[in-house]
Amino acid sequence: MPKIKKHFDRFSQLVLPLSVLVLLLIINLFKGADYFKITMINGVLYGNIPNILFGASELVILSIGMTLVTAAARGQDISIGELGAISSAIFVQYVLNASEVTIWTILVGFLISCVAGIVLGAFNGILVSFFNVQPMVATLILFLGGRSIAFIIDGKVSPILANPISNQIGTVIPGIPIQTPIILTAVFIAIFAIILKTTNLRLYVEAVGINPNAARLNGINPKKVIFLTFLIMGVCSAVAGFIAVNKAGRHDSVNLLKFIMMDAILAVALGGNSLAGGKFSITGSIIGAYTIEVLNRTLLRLEVNPEAIKAFKAVFIIILMVIASPVVRAYAAKLLDKMKTISGSMRQTKGLNKAVVSMADSSVQKEE
Amino acid sequence: MRLLNRSNSKTRLSNSTLLFIIAGIIFLVMYGIALISFPVSFRQFQTFFDFFNLNAALFIVTLGMCIVMIGGGIDISVGAVCGLVTMACAMLLQSGAGNIWAALFLALGIGLAFGLMHGFLIAYLEIQPFIITLAGMFLAQGLLTTIHKEPLNVTNPAFVALRRYTIEIPWLGTTNRLGVFIPCEIKPSVFIVVALVILYAVMMKWSRFGRNLYAVGGNRQSARMLGINVKKTIFLSYVLCGLTAGIAGFVFLMTTGAGNIGNGSLYEIKAIAANVMGGIMLSGGVGNLLGAPIGTLTLLTINELIRAAGVQSNLQAIVSGLLLYLFIVLQSIIMALRDRKGFKLTLPSWLRLQQLRDGKNADTLK
Repeated sequence: MPKIKKHFDRFSQLVLPLSVLVLLLIINLFKGADYFKITMINGVLYGNIPNILFGASELVILSIGMTLVTAAARGQDISIGELGAISSAIFVQYVLNASEVTIWTILVGFLISCVAGIVLGAFNGILVSFFNVQPMVATLILFLGGRSIAFIIDGKVSPILANPISNQIGTVIPGIPIQTPIILTAVFIAIFAIILKTTNLRLYVEAVGINPNAARLNGINPKKVIFLTFLIMGVCSAVAGFIAVNKAGRHDSVNLLKFIMMDAILAVALGGNSLAGGKFSITGSIIGAYTIEVLNRTLLRLEVNPEAIKAFKAVFIIILMVIASPVVRAYAAKLLDKMKTISGSMRQTKGLNKAVVSMADSSVQKEE
Repeated sequence: MRLLNRSNSKTRLSNSTLLFIIAGIIFLVMYGIALISFPVSFRQFQTFFDFFNLNAALFIVTLGMCIVMIGGGIDISVGAVCGLVTMACAMLLQSGAGNIWAALFLALGIGLAFGLMHGFLIAYLEIQPFIITLAGMFLAQGLLTTIHKEPLNVTNPAFVALRRYTIEIPWLGTTNRLGVFIPCEIKPSVFIVVALVILYAVMMKWSRFGRNLYAVGGNRQSARMLGINVKKTIFLSYVLCGLTAGIAGFVFLMTTGAGNIGNGSLYEIKAIAANVMGGIMLSGGVGNLLGAPIGTLTLLTINELIRAAGVQSNLQAIVSGLLLYLFIVLQSIIMALRDRKGFKLTLPSWLRLQQLRDGKNADTLK
């Protein structure tokens, strides 16, 4: 029985992002009934759903890392886009300097970019964990300087990745009906799920996020755990940068993954996670990330003026956060409780006490 | 010995004062370096005044951000609100429907509206400030691009007169190569900056709101137990910040004279950086309001120094990032040492490592 309750708790956290997702999908269905239609072109599946999965792949990966950082460090990393830009710049340079581009070149380049991501993550992590700097301030440094570093690595041009393998990674591998970024995202999520299932990472991160001092007294080193989450964030950024640069086909250090940290933080918040650390739900963040992508595409589909999209998004976020805010939730729970007691009392006094019924009726009317 | 230390605690410098003094010293050092390396340009008073003349809006935005940061929050919408105000005021003045006063009231109104929205949602509905002000930033940017996209020059004669108006200081100035004396010039917006700095500093130091804000930023729980209306205090801090951003927008328009989409972009990041350099901590409750202008001056001096050194524009961002890194590390080291109650400015810390460790253990056991 308690296990079911635990599951229910986990699920109740997902109610908000899921309901928003469903609402958006319904709006899309009203706009056109063929929303879910998937067509097969040259042996590859295309349609709205694959497009959403394709478009949100980087955001999903980044929001996973962001969830961990938020949970442990009680703050957000605002330099993830820059981290991705730098590590993918290194990847592009490695591939361009290789004499022959094979699958191994790409793989080695990818691993090198992951190492770069880890180093940059360590830079942030040292500041946050060992110098006790607020995460947002610590990551402000790379946010300010990161794009310039990527630009210098690029050699002040935006190099083009014109080889068949990266093209296949960015779009489709012949013979496989699903676009490659979707597969990569799924693999990444699977690896992460296995890590969370088999290791104590979740327990440690949650313990540190809820109370670092208590965690320390129980033998968990909060500094190490926070540092580890930033390293994981670095890997996530490198993977996201890898996917983004292969998708785009060229490395544009100014616009690659620009302002994606806003969306990633939003995805974490949408997933029902507290931005002040503690318990977290990766599933919620992933759904939140897809919801944001659906929202972006819905606004475009509804032919909202492109200039006004940001304003619409803002209003949407505000409404969402108001619904999800603790005060409104508590108020709603109170209201629900009242309704229950009223209906309960109505059942008890059915036909016996007219006065009570009329009182209950009047109070119901008041609430309406 | 520890007891002795504690009995002295009343006379110890507060964290705010210490960080403020350090920020001031850093500014003086930076300006000194600038004076030594580029004596020709930095020795002119006009260079110093130009910091204020050209960046008056940034100073004002930083002040508003400082108040929110002392309260333990953050407002990343200030830059976007500032930009929105410039465009709205420019449109109002261009349409001929309003004069300068109407534009000023519009600026205050927009700022107040954003401040009220943020304050209500953050203080009374207890939503995280980062998300709400992020939404506010999106909203302001979206509205800005919706109302007008192209740059808009203000040609309203009264406004142009106000913009062109400069105050000359006859006894300060430089003689140029031709031997002509050029007096220093100050824009009227500088007076707005000075007035706001004084007003806010007095408010934070002596008014009930200011003291409440420090208490709330330091520890919300104990502030509530002291009988402070925490929600109202936080609400007011965001309203003030929004209002300040509105004023900053008007001042920005007074400086550049045109509404543009790029106006005030990245001001929020600059304001946070300036406040960090000025000794205001993001965790709240620590910081002197006068640190905000000092921090802004430090930031501008560094930028000017990098620019004068002829460093590539790409390296500029990296250098300013690294400098920020140094400041942050310095600040956190100082705070960490002070927390261990063994910190004295005269004695280098690394000489007393063992003692510090003992102090730390005693602290945790306490």
